[in-house]
Amino acid sequence: MADVALRKVVKRYDDVEAVRGIDLDISDHEFIVLVGPSGCGKSTTLRMIAGLEDITDGDIMIGGDVVNDVPPKDRDIAMVFQNYALYPHMTVAENMSFGLRLKHYPKAEIKARVTEAARLLDITDLIDRKPKQLSGGQRQRVAMGRAIVRNPKVFLFDEPLSNLDAKLRVQMRIEIKKVHQKVRTTTVYVTHDQVEAMTLADRVVVMNKGRIEQIGTPNELYHKPATRFVAGFIGSPAMNFIPCRLEDFGGALQIRLTDRIAFALPPARAARYNALPRSEKLLLGIRPEHLTESHAHLGPGVESFDTVLDVTEPMGMETLVYFGLEGTPVCGRVDPNAGAADGAPMRLAMDLNNMHLLNEATGAVL
Amino acid sequence: MADVVVEQGRLARTASPRKRASLRNAMGRKSTVAFFLTLPLILLIALLVLYPAFYSVYLATLNKAMTKFVGLSNFTFLFKRETFWMVVRQSCIFAITAVVFKALIGFIVAHFVHNIPGKKQRKWRGMLLVPWVIPPAMSTLAWLWLFDPSYSAFNYTLSFFGVGPIPWLGDTFWARFSVILVNVWYGAPFFLIMYLAALKSVPDQLYEAAAIDGANWWQKIWHITLPMMRNIIAITTLFSLIVTFANFDIVRILTSGGPLDRTHLFATWAFQVGIQSSDIPLGACVSLFMVPILAVAAVFILRDVNKRGNEA
Repeated sequence: MADVALRKVVKRYDDVEAVRGIDLDISDHEFIVLVGPSGCGKSTTLRMIAGLEDITDGDIMIGGDVVNDVPPKDRDIAMVFQNYALYPHMTVAENMSFGLRLKHYPKAEIKARVTEAARLLDITDLIDRKPKQLSGGQRQRVAMGRAIVRNPKVFLFDEPLSNLDAKLRVQMRIEIKKVHQKVRTTTVYVTHDQVEAMTLADRVVVMNKGRIEQIGTPNELYHKPATRFVAGFIGSPAMNFIPCRLEDFGGALQIRLTDRIAFALPPARAARYNALPRSEKLLLGIRPEHLTESHAHLGPGVESFDTVLDVTEPMGMETLVYFGLEGTPVCGRVDPNAGAADGAPMRLAMDLNNMHLLNEATGAVL
Repeated sequence: MADVVVEQGRLARTASPRKRASLRNAMGRKSTVAFFLTLPLILLIALLVLYPAFYSVYLATLNKAMTKFVGLSNFTFLFKRETFWMVVRQSCIFAITAVVFKALIGFIVAHFVHNIPGKKQRKWRGMLLVPWVIPPAMSTLAWLWLFDPSYSAFNYTLSFFGVGPIPWLGDTFWARFSVILVNVWYGAPFFLIMYLAALKSVPDQLYEAAAIDGANWWQKIWHITLPMMRNIIAITTLFSLIVTFANFDIVRILTSGGPLDRTHLFATWAFQVGIQSSDIPLGACVSLFMVPILAVAAVFILRDVNKRGNEA
């Protein structure tokens, strides 16, 4: 087990810069998730840590040693691939023990390790089968088993759950978390699924266009996003961004969304945003769960307004409502019994205590 | 597609008169349709393969003048001839040596070509296929020139190093060497192209997984490439073994079986015995000997191919 560090790591393909100078410190035992849209450089970063891609510039350190020129086989890492990459001509046991056999471990120890990993992953009964006789979830377990038996310094996961159906994905997600709780190996996990990132990670690294947008715990990213990209990427349905500007109204600060709709800011927010120029083009960032049905006793900082719904989506435990604010589509989350209907008028409440204010030009959260 | 056609046929049938129903039913069955679709090929195979095969069995049981049935006496006569057993040995040596070298060269070159990036790879692939696409009779004539003892490019070049002149086609060892060399030159591209296709079908991630598991290049070839290519290797080897075993043109043009019958194969010897020496039954008898030998080889090589079928 070891810590991993990336120092100004760059990856350039001919004229495309896939990774643009990444700095990242991963401490021992930590579970780090790299998340971002496709093409953001997260998989490339993982493959550079694995040694499957050369790095153009910068340093990668595993356990304090620079491994830039160390081939994958000498990095003491294990990787789980998206399509599992199990050796089709080997049985499950042979697949799992392949690395150990190459390193000439004693037979008894190989057997012990494979048995232990199979027990941990609940695949003891499958040990003599070939990969084609396994289901997707079982193959995934074998791929993890192959990583675990090696007892490496670092686990690398490259979108391991993307080939599974939704139900199995949730199940395997929990499985991976359990395994990490038992094995405690430093883990770098790549996914494009923000739910996976939020549920698995100790810390999440949000990447976009080859750069790191923000590093933080799942809660930090959710409640204190640093940029518009992070605010929009984390959370489902995504955060709403409504064009707005600040106004002084009777000695207080208020935020104007449309000609008709303007809300007084709660005192804490007013103090925070008071110094901003009033002419600046801003975006109000508000998550759907902070746009709910209005009721008689609204708390401080919660403001209500009338709108006409375009579309409603009943989800069972909640209903998603969609409406427009001067052309900007907005999504809210209301109680299924609140009477929301397609095309019907509705009075909604916005919780401004949980609002974010963004600079429209730079995308920075203010 | 066939399903749809059959379904449409069935719909049309419901409106048709009843007395023709059974015939139409037979026509509508999938197996019947399939049979008629393959009938042209079946007829072609019957005409060009089955008929000559059985005819040669029949011929092999006649006397030299083809007037009398003599049973197996042609075979017993062959078994007593020294030359026959020499041809058996030579055919085996020729086929096995040539196939092993074709496979080895094909495998090595396929690896090199596989690692050439994109566009350049197409050019190399095209160039390396040339020996295989030239009609072998023509290319062998060119080789015949190269092997000429007095004026050839080979002996001329070797003379600068103080070697030779080598009697390429006049000495037993060199004649055997030469026919095998030309056969390898002609057949290696086939292995190259088959192995290249097989290499391309091995997912890169298996190599990446192996690299992370700690495999070096040799271990990757031994534990990943070869097992993944097993079926292709088996089928290609069998196919090439058959074609090489039955080779005629190269030996016929280069040596005509000489010197002293030392390069004869089944096909060339059958030709000499049957056509040139006008003993057609004996020639048919010689050519029939390829069947049991190749059948045994096929059983051994194709064993497990079905079982391994689609492990991936």
